[in-house]
Amino acid sequence: MAPLLEIIDLRASVGDKPILKGVDLVVNRGEVHAIMGPNGSGKSTLVQAISGHPAYTITGGSIRFDGVDIGEIPPEERAQAGIFLAFQYPVEIPGVTNAYFLRAAYNEMRKARGLEEMDPIDFIDLLEEKLKLVEWGPEIMRRAVNAGFSGGEKKRNEILQMAVLEPKLALLDETDSGLDIDALRIVAKGVNALKRPDNAYVVVTHYQRLLDHIIPDIVHVLADGQLIKTGGKELAFELEARGYEWLTGTPERV
Amino acid sequence: MIEHYLREYEVAAADGGATAPGWFRSLQADAIELFRASGFPGPKDEEWRFTPIAPLVRATFRPAGSATPVGLTDLEPFLFGRLDWPRLVLVDGRFSPELSQLPSIAGLAIANLASVVKSGDGDLASDLAEASGRTVTPFASLNAALGMDGTVLRLASDSVMEEPVHLVHVTTPGSDGTVTHPRLLVVIGERARAQVIESYVGLGSEGCYWTNVVCDVRLSRGAWVEHTRIQRESESAYHTGVTEIRQEADSHYRSFSFAIGGAIARHDLRSRLGGSGAEALLYGLYFGRGDQLVDNHTTIFHDQPDCRSWEVYKGILTDRAHGVFNGKIIVQPIAQKTDAKQTNRALLLSDTAKIDTKPQLEIFADDVKCTHGATVGNLDPLARFYLTSRGIPDRVAGELLTYAFAAEVLNEISAEPVRTVLDRLIHGRLASDRLEAHDAR
Repeated sequence: MAPLLEIIDLRASVGDKPILKGVDLVVNRGEVHAIMGPNGSGKSTLVQAISGHPAYTITGGSIRFDGVDIGEIPPEERAQAGIFLAFQYPVEIPGVTNAYFLRAAYNEMRKARGLEEMDPIDFIDLLEEKLKLVEWGPEIMRRAVNAGFSGGEKKRNEILQMAVLEPKLALLDETDSGLDIDALRIVAKGVNALKRPDNAYVVVTHYQRLLDHIIPDIVHVLADGQLIKTGGKELAFELEARGYEWLTGTPERV
Repeated sequence: MIEHYLREYEVAAADGGATAPGWFRSLQADAIELFRASGFPGPKDEEWRFTPIAPLVRATFRPAGSATPVGLTDLEPFLFGRLDWPRLVLVDGRFSPELSQLPSIAGLAIANLASVVKSGDGDLASDLAEASGRTVTPFASLNAALGMDGTVLRLASDSVMEEPVHLVHVTTPGSDGTVTHPRLLVVIGERARAQVIESYVGLGSEGCYWTNVVCDVRLSRGAWVEHTRIQRESESAYHTGVTEIRQEADSHYRSFSFAIGGAIARHDLRSRLGGSGAEALLYGLYFGRGDQLVDNHTTIFHDQPDCRSWEVYKGILTDRAHGVFNGKIIVQPIAQKTDAKQTNRALLLSDTAKIDTKPQLEIFADDVKCTHGATVGNLDPLARFYLTSRGIPDRVAGELLTYAFAAEVLNEISAEPVRTVLDRLIHGRLASDRLEAHDAR
């Protein structure tokens, strides 16, 4: 069976500025990968490029998902194929309720798989179970998507969406940033509960803190658009203790 | 072509006008003289600079003739709530007793203007005279000179209307080349509460006719009014309207102005806060496609201290549609502690759609809080990506974000049945725009 995600020599830029300069990465089902690295190294770009963010141009290499080259397909089809990006900065959409948004997304996924749309009543049942996971009551569904949400609420909402959409590959982009310890616990709990042998996670983080809660199988260090080191979870501890300078050779920009 | 309308006036005055009382005929005579003096506004007129109305001015509209028969079933899609809710219906400018539903409600007096003129309501003469004394546009003068019917609604002090009253203006198919001049007068007594819906509907989808309306709303001390104005004329029609609101102390006025029809549609809304503690909330939502021109001019007069105004207008324009928004706020020296906020936002969904937007704050008091903000742009690409990254197709994402943009204003309508109908109307409009865009591809 082909790896779930196979990235070969990926190069991407914003405008004329190269950000990713040849990234190779293989993620198999059942694995949790952490991507760490200094600020500006290209961590967010990598996961955004995988999910099809229009700001980035792929200038070389390839991204294969489930054995299919997805480099040219639009973001919605990548999502329908099973890729989910938990945003670092989830977007506020005043005027659309969480309930409407989630059901619309869920039904698009079903349609893409040739299934009937789920009616609102059945969807409420499904939601009830997912809401428990992030320790929320149903009232959150009547609020507009992320509008006026605290930083922690926005991240929890990302995890809720992930729980509903059940992706094969979840990309968590700095999901720990701006979280207090309680929100961090809830987010990590959600992620761990959704872990299955047939799905995988790529967790982007600057700090080791999140990795106390979501234990990675493999840790990569990204610096200046390239993966410069790969190791086990102990690599995260080493980075926490020593910083990135011993690997990158340059003091980190803060 | 003002001569055409001057002649129409002469004919009407010589003809049916003879049966109207003297005071009414003299108001009409004054109004036509004002119109003769002003003529139609031209491109050099500051208030009309961005609003090319040449096609309307060049045409010569005749008075609407005998109406095509309209039944309740034709009307139903345009009504709200229950069929027994009060409504007054004008078909092609004339009162239709068959279609109207005028239950007797304590404190409410509602009748069509022509019958009130004839029967001689004691206050009508002075109310209309006062209104024509401050005529704001040549179109309002023309309305006063040629108008034949409309609505007079009075609600007595301390009366509370539980249900909205709907003033429906229908133009029938086959009314091409005709004009109606509805005249509305709404007077709400002290501490009384009313919801008024004002609708303009073209029953034929392609009719090229003209509606030229003037509406006066007066709120006595402590009165509460929610006024919803729904302009859904045919997209080949012309619509010019003036709404003049006068508020006494501690009154609360909330307006929602919705415009989706008309080849050229212009609405002037003028709100005068004439007593301390008065509050005006003005919401607007307009749509333009094809070559539609949608113009909203609003003026809020802060004449007295401690008044509050809050204004949000939003437009959604595509194809070659042209939007105009002009928002004046005038704060008099005496009007200290004024709190005024104006927001106008336009969504341009095509490269050829455009908006001329102009906030105009004239502040002569020093202890006030006045802000305004305007944004013009396309849908946020990041929000679009957010939705598509959840599996929602790009065109659906665009539609959803457009809807969301509108919904923020729509949600301000407190009458649920009205909100539901407009919600459906907006969804329909966005879906048909999408289909057309698809066909064009």
